[in-house]
Amino acid sequence: MNKLNADTARRIGLSVAAPVLAVALSVVITSIVLASAGNDPVETFTQMIEYAQEPRTTTLIINAAVTYYFAALAVAFGFRMNLFNIGVDGQYRLAALLAAAVGGAVELPKVLHVGLILLVAVIVGGLWAAVAGLLKVYRGISEVITTIMLNSITTALIAYLLTADKLAVQVEGSNNIGTPEIPASGRVGGIDLVPDSKLQVYGLIVLAAIVGFLYWFVIERSRFGFDLRATGRNEEAAVASGVNVKRMVLISMAISGGIAGLVGMPQLLGASYTYSLDFPAGIGFTGIAIALLGRNTAIGVAIGALLFGFLDTSSQILDLEGVPKEIVLITQGVIVLSVVIAYELVRRYRIVAQQREVGRQLSSAAGSEDSKPQGAQA
Amino acid sequence: MKPESESAGVPAVELKGITKRFPGVVANRDVNLRVMPGTVHAVVGENGAGKSTLMKTLYGMHKPDEGTITLNGEQVVLHNPSDAIARGVGMVHQHFMLADNLTVLENIVLGAEPKRWGGFGLNRAAARTRIREIGKQYGLEVDPDVLVENLGVGDRQRVEIIKVLYRGARVLVLDEPTAVLVPQEVDALFEALQVLKAQGLSIIFISHKLDEVRSVADDITVIRRGTTVATADPKTVSSRQLAELMVGSELPSPQTSESTVTDRPVLEMKHVELVKDGRHLLRDVTLTIHAGEVLGLAGVEGNGQAELVESIMGMRTVDGGTITLAAENITTWTTRRRREAGIGYIPEDRHRHGLILDAPLWENRVLGHQTRHPNTSGPLVNRAGARADTERIVGEYDVRTPSIDVLASSLSGGNQQKLIVGREMSGNPKLLIAAHPTRGVDVGAQAAIWDLLRNARAEGLAVLLISADLDELIGLSDSLTVILRGELVAQVDPSTVTPEQLGSAMTGAGEAA
Repeated sequence: MNKLNADTARRIGLSVAAPVLAVALSVVITSIVLASAGNDPVETFTQMIEYAQEPRTTTLIINAAVTYYFAALAVAFGFRMNLFNIGVDGQYRLAALLAAAVGGAVELPKVLHVGLILLVAVIVGGLWAAVAGLLKVYRGISEVITTIMLNSITTALIAYLLTADKLAVQVEGSNNIGTPEIPASGRVGGIDLVPDSKLQVYGLIVLAAIVGFLYWFVIERSRFGFDLRATGRNEEAAVASGVNVKRMVLISMAISGGIAGLVGMPQLLGASYTYSLDFPAGIGFTGIAIALLGRNTAIGVAIGALLFGFLDTSSQILDLEGVPKEIVLITQGVIVLSVVIAYELVRRYRIVAQQREVGRQLSSAAGSEDSKPQGAQA
Repeated sequence: MKPESESAGVPAVELKGITKRFPGVVANRDVNLRVMPGTVHAVVGENGAGKSTLMKTLYGMHKPDEGTITLNGEQVVLHNPSDAIARGVGMVHQHFMLADNLTVLENIVLGAEPKRWGGFGLNRAAARTRIREIGKQYGLEVDPDVLVENLGVGDRQRVEIIKVLYRGARVLVLDEPTAVLVPQEVDALFEALQVLKAQGLSIIFISHKLDEVRSVADDITVIRRGTTVATADPKTVSSRQLAELMVGSELPSPQTSESTVTDRPVLEMKHVELVKDGRHLLRDVTLTIHAGEVLGLAGVEGNGQAELVESIMGMRTVDGGTITLAAENITTWTTRRRREAGIGYIPEDRHRHGLILDAPLWENRVLGHQTRHPNTSGPLVNRAGARADTERIVGEYDVRTPSIDVLASSLSGGNQQKLIVGREMSGNPKLLIAAHPTRGVDVGAQAAIWDLLRNARAEGLAVLLISADLDELIGLSDSLTVILRGELVAQVDPSTVTPEQLGSAMTGAGEAA
């Protein structure tokens, strides 16, 4: 039993080793880049960390992370099944536009109104992703290709729909156009999570936590999740075990898209109340990086989302200090790369170590059994 | 048996005391091999005897744990295949390593391109000349400018051989080269080998087709259970003697005891047809397996066995006929429903179809039984139940593992297979499909798996047994059916048939029983 505990300890140690290694590596590389550009790395990092501790910045970091979390979970859900949903970007933008249009067009009691908007977003995101799923299942087209193409189609579709005679109205006092503002009954108020901050944390952080828990529960504890993980790890064995892989592809793609539909919601229901031309775009791609960073687990992705939120938000201080804030892009890129490499190294090390362990235990056991006559029991 | 002193001169290849261990198994133990220049040296042995491991050692794909490799009298350490190539060892893999969308010339020079324009250009003219020279010298003619995707299997193999010669190989390792060839192509290959031999090259020819080995080889080394057990002279040895050397005499025999066959049909297939691209993969297959009966399906690989199994499992949709399990028509059922109805499946390729290698054992226990007690309750996985039942399987089926949390990839082939057998016997199956159940497992595990199959049969299970090991088929089966080109062509009585008769029935050469 002691031995097992030691093994468990080592396993936990190894799984912590990888991300720590990765972050350390990226800090080192970023420092080298900073130093070679004539900036003091220690100074730069200190500034970013100090800036992050200001209440206002902390709130912004959390808010960015909430949005990133949905995007990364959407991507991660597909990844667990070897599905590459590159189309989260298009899915959330289309979902946000249509949800905003519906939300701005009706007057309902609070819970129903918010629920309706969220439901529209999930359904639109899910259906839009299901297009790629259908094409994969019935035409064998890689979802990587279709989701990328659907992103472009989304951009065109939104440009078409977001016009004054379709879904949009002129925003007062500007050239911007957007959907009619969602009335108060459809908005989600903020939470005073950070003391002394004038800004509030998105109320939908609660939804993010719920979705994160459901993600973990479905993937790790449910039969559906087992089928999903089995398909991701060995599709042929999954087929032989009775998994209907085509159905799984369709459902998983739709769920991934459904989660993607929520990406724009914190912004829409908590800040802008309208989908206008300047609605944030490109979050889907950040989600891919965070999913990789968080190894597709609910907790890992949450940490990754906070880290990216920190880097994005804190970098704002750098320009004021004369350091190009684009330096964080390098850090982010290096983090993702080093995480992938570090995890792969640790994974291989673990497999080899385990095989050696099994081999050693069994060969010492076999030595005593070989002398016995052949006796297999059933 | 050939005395060693007969061969004079320096051997082109000499392996001494090679031992290679993998987790849980010793793949090669004290292997000795001497190949003289200008000879064809056959290495024969059963599936899983360790031939491929040995050749990978010679080709530098892994380092031996013990022993030495000597090439032309010089002891060498090969770190990777490039080392081996540099020392004149070339390998033609069983599965061709060619890029279909490149020309023959491009495939041949790939990785060893003659350069021009300061290293940026491919000197096609030089390559073409070189390839034509090789073609003339060794009688291996092939048009360098044709796309590989347009070539037949025999030509592709020729390209592989030229590729190796182009890199200056003096020792050619051919891994089961005839497995994919039709008889005419085999003859052409053997002619080419004679030319290569006459030019002083050495050829190591790996095979388990004994007649071919005897006709082409100058020397034969037999590998059994990871070690070289004998050398033989192809002129004097008979195929039967070779087979005995390969199998050994102490092998436990797969005899069944008294018959347990009942008259209760479990699986009935009637006029099952499977057509793909206008070709019949299965034609008018009709068979019945009763409770307590082991039906053996004999056939050369690739004659529809895999398709038959996948039809029963519901992994393929049949194009005609009906499949009935315990009086229920399951022809249109999904794989999961069929499994729930009581079909157990030991797949032919356990790594591809039977296991998730990078998942722990207990998760592999759930695989294929995702909807059943004790693995799941309702829509949730019952981790405690699945783990407890995995412990039971590990104990009852003697799976040698330190814990149920190790990854399936850490176990040896035999233990992986015992886990699969245990899993598939769980949940009271009615029908068990066992495809090559003892392939690539060590002798101890083989005997254990045979026992398990016998017990299953005694408990009234219907078993469909597919195996390339004819002794296993004959020994375990209550009735035997021969499959040839997707058709069931003969019924033979396992109590009277010999492996030779069965073998000729499988190739359609003669009538058995």
